[in-house]
Amino acid sequence: MATLQLNNIVKDFGGTQVIKGVDLEVKDREFVVFVGPSGCGKSTLMRMIAGLESTTSGEIAIDGERINEVGPADRGLAMVFQSYALYPHMSVEDNMGFSLRLAKVPKAERREKVLAAARILQLEPLLDRKPRALSGGQRQRVAIGRAIVRNPSIFLFDEPLSNLDAALRVQMRIELARLHEELDATMIYVTHDQIEAMTMADKIVVLQDGLVEQIGSPMALYHHPCNRFVAGFIGSPKMNFLDVEVREASNEGVNVALPGGDCRVPVDGSGVSAGDTLTLGIRPEHLKLDDEGPLTGKIVVIERLGGVTSLYLEHGDSEWILVADGDVAHRVHDQVRFSFDPTCGHLFKGDGEALNHLHRHPLVDIDRKQNRVSSASDDQ
Amino acid sequence: MNPTMTKKLLLTLLAWGIALIVFFPIFWMVLTGFKTEGEAVATPPSLFFEPTLAGYHEVMARADYLKFALNSIVISFGSTLLALIVAIPSAYSMAFLPTKRTQGTLLWMLSTKMLPPVGVLMPVYLLFRDMGLLDSQLGLTIVYMLMNLPIVVWMLYTFFKDIPKDILEAGRMDGAGTLQEVLYLLLPLTLPGIASTGLLSVILSWNEAFWSLNLTTSDAAPLTAFIASFSSPEGLFWAKLSAASTLAIAPILIFGWMTQKQMVRGLTFGAVK
Repeated sequence: MATLQLNNIVKDFGGTQVIKGVDLEVKDREFVVFVGPSGCGKSTLMRMIAGLESTTSGEIAIDGERINEVGPADRGLAMVFQSYALYPHMSVEDNMGFSLRLAKVPKAERREKVLAAARILQLEPLLDRKPRALSGGQRQRVAIGRAIVRNPSIFLFDEPLSNLDAALRVQMRIELARLHEELDATMIYVTHDQIEAMTMADKIVVLQDGLVEQIGSPMALYHHPCNRFVAGFIGSPKMNFLDVEVREASNEGVNVALPGGDCRVPVDGSGVSAGDTLTLGIRPEHLKLDDEGPLTGKIVVIERLGGVTSLYLEHGDSEWILVADGDVAHRVHDQVRFSFDPTCGHLFKGDGEALNHLHRHPLVDIDRKQNRVSSASDDQ
Repeated sequence: MNPTMTKKLLLTLLAWGIALIVFFPIFWMVLTGFKTEGEAVATPPSLFFEPTLAGYHEVMARADYLKFALNSIVISFGSTLLALIVAIPSAYSMAFLPTKRTQGTLLWMLSTKMLPPVGVLMPVYLLFRDMGLLDSQLGLTIVYMLMNLPIVVWMLYTFFKDIPKDILEAGRMDGAGTLQEVLYLLLPLTLPGIASTGLLSVILSWNEAFWSLNLTTSDAAPLTAFIASFSSPEGLFWAKLSAASTLAIAPILIFGWMTQKQMVRGLTFGAVK
């Protein structure tokens, strides 16, 4: 098992910097997810770790040892590709055992290791098949099996679920999380899907334009985004933003003006003075319909999902998304009033930086393992 | 009859028509080979006649067919093998490690095919004379290899291009060096394409006449020279010439017939996914 350090990693493609200095520390057995919009450099960063792309400057180290000059095969990593990249002319068994064959491992030992991996992934009945005779989910499992057989120090996953349909994706997500428990390995996972990031990660790395925006646990990113980009990127539907004027600010809270009256958000307001304009951010699920509420809006669109209902509201120039429970009786064009708990509000400065919350959310430091049954009790 | 049926019928008729036009000269040549010299030049040409093997007997008596055939086989297969050995690495580098000059190089290679061979006959002849390659199997093999190289590289390049890069990268992660990558992944995956490229190269070499006539006389002369030897100063003897030509194309015709499935598969490889 292994740790990974990135020190000021830069990647330059013919004069264009796509990775602009990334620092990262991945702990042993951690599940780290790189997330960001397309073109943010997350896949490039992973390919640099894998050794498939060279590093323009900076240092990549595994277990404290610099590996910039080490070839991809000798880094002790295994990668699962988005396209699965199975060898079409080989059977499942040969696909999984290819690395061992190249390493001149005797046939019997090779078969044993392939079978062990196949058992974990329930691939035993498929070992003689060619990839074209497999379904998408099975191919994905073979690709993972090929990685497991190598017994890598770090697993790399490059958007492995994005070619699967929605139902299968949920199932594979759970399987991957279980696999992480079972293999107890360090894993790095690239995705643009924030639900995958939130559900699987110990630590999420949010990237934009080749730079790290924030690193933290899923709950930390959700409750304490450090800037407006992360706040908007994490969470679905997107966070609501509204420009507001500061009435009064101190290190014990900031009073801002809202259409229906002032509101006090418990953030550190040092450096902010009355009259400044800040951006208020409130998540749709923290807004609630309230006949006495200070905010109003007209319903433009209603999306009924059964369990919850998303209301798209309009008020003057501003638009709001509000997530309410499933049995909201309102219709389109209805005028509604709503409110929010100010402790759930976020305030962002002009440059997007968030004002620090005075209280840390209690779940911020929760260990991902505390959300899951251990594999031992799973067997019972 | 519905419109799609009509369309299908018309297309079938068209295909048959074209096939007949293409095939007719060969058919007529085979037919003429079984005629007497008198019947061969008769007007109007006769379609029904008493077949004779006289032409074949005379052809076999006058020249050593097997020697010419063996030369053809050695030279066309040898040049194809040599071309593949040179072309696979070059197509690999152009397909997977392209530079900004790759496209230009490819076009330049193809442009050499536009040069009339006679333009370089003199230098090639002199080179061959000085190197002692005149009338040798090796000499002709090298010339044919060079002649087909642009086409072979082009075809391999397009087949290699169709291989997803991910598969080779997965191989690299699994520990494959460049040689293993080519041997275990690239070649098996593009085998249909490589086979059809090879077949095409064999056929082109087999049918080549210009260089064989100019660079060989007897020892290394292939079947194209064999045919040419039957056009004599006394005039053309059509029946004998046809018999000789039939003998010359028979092996490659049978070879092409047996491999046509592979040819079609290779030439349309990647076009239909």
